[in-house]
Amino acid sequence: MFRLLTSRIATPPRAYGFVNTRFMSNEIKDAIQKAIDSSKVVLFMKGTPEFPQCGFSRATIQILGQQGVDPNKFAAYNVLEDSELRDGIKEFSSWPTIPQLYVDKEFIGGCDIIMSMAQSGELAELLEKTDCLVPEEDDGELDIKPAERG
Amino acid sequence: MSLTTESFQLIIKERLEASLVQVEDMSGGCGQAFAVIIVSPLFQGKNKLMRHRLVNNALKEEIAGIHAFTQKGFTPEEWTAQGGSL
Repeated sequence: MFRLLTSRIATPPRAYGFVNTRFMSNEIKDAIQKAIDSSKVVLFMKGTPEFPQCGFSRATIQILGQQGVDPNKFAAYNVLEDSELRDGIKEFSSWPTIPQLYVDKEFIGGCDIIMSMAQSGELAELLEKTDCLVPEEDDGELDIKPAERG
Repeated sequence: MSLTTESFQLIIKERLEASLVQVEDMSGGCGQAFAVIIVSPLFQGKNKLMRHRLVNNALKEEIAGIHAFTQKGFTPEEWTAQGGSL
């Protein structure tokens, strides 16, 4: 609670507004595009998947885990480590909040949208369609066993 | 000026031509975190992402000034279909 309060005093809301109206440099734009291209499922979040530092980021990570997103096809970027990224990604996506999810280089939405897509089954459909899920274990075993015996 | 549940509700109602707005202050009173439900005919024919963008644009300054914002948007038809009253 205290840390939240002090950081709020250090950067009052007006300062956010000012930062948001500044143009983003091409360098940051390129870096963000590279991040988005780096994996099939890309999440810009507060904290890390192991230690999310915001309830919305935590909820999003949990949902992606429940959906069975393949860790090899997943990348998370911690916006708290980089203030340029934190402001840049908001402008890049025209989206005011973190977390932000990209699937197959396409902006999907924030926590509210991801939660409601998970409930409706749309998220599973999207992740399946874009081949972002962990392969079925059963299939893998069936493939391996005959080979071992042979 | 910091937002209150009432002032935020009026702003949303006006800018999004909403027939119903529910604002919940989740901050414990400091005016920094809100959860809102918006019922507006403007959402007609728009998917979730487009609805959120519409709200985000209409409330740009307000959202930038608060710490947390969560939203759900329905058309009046969707709202009444799921048992809500207007």
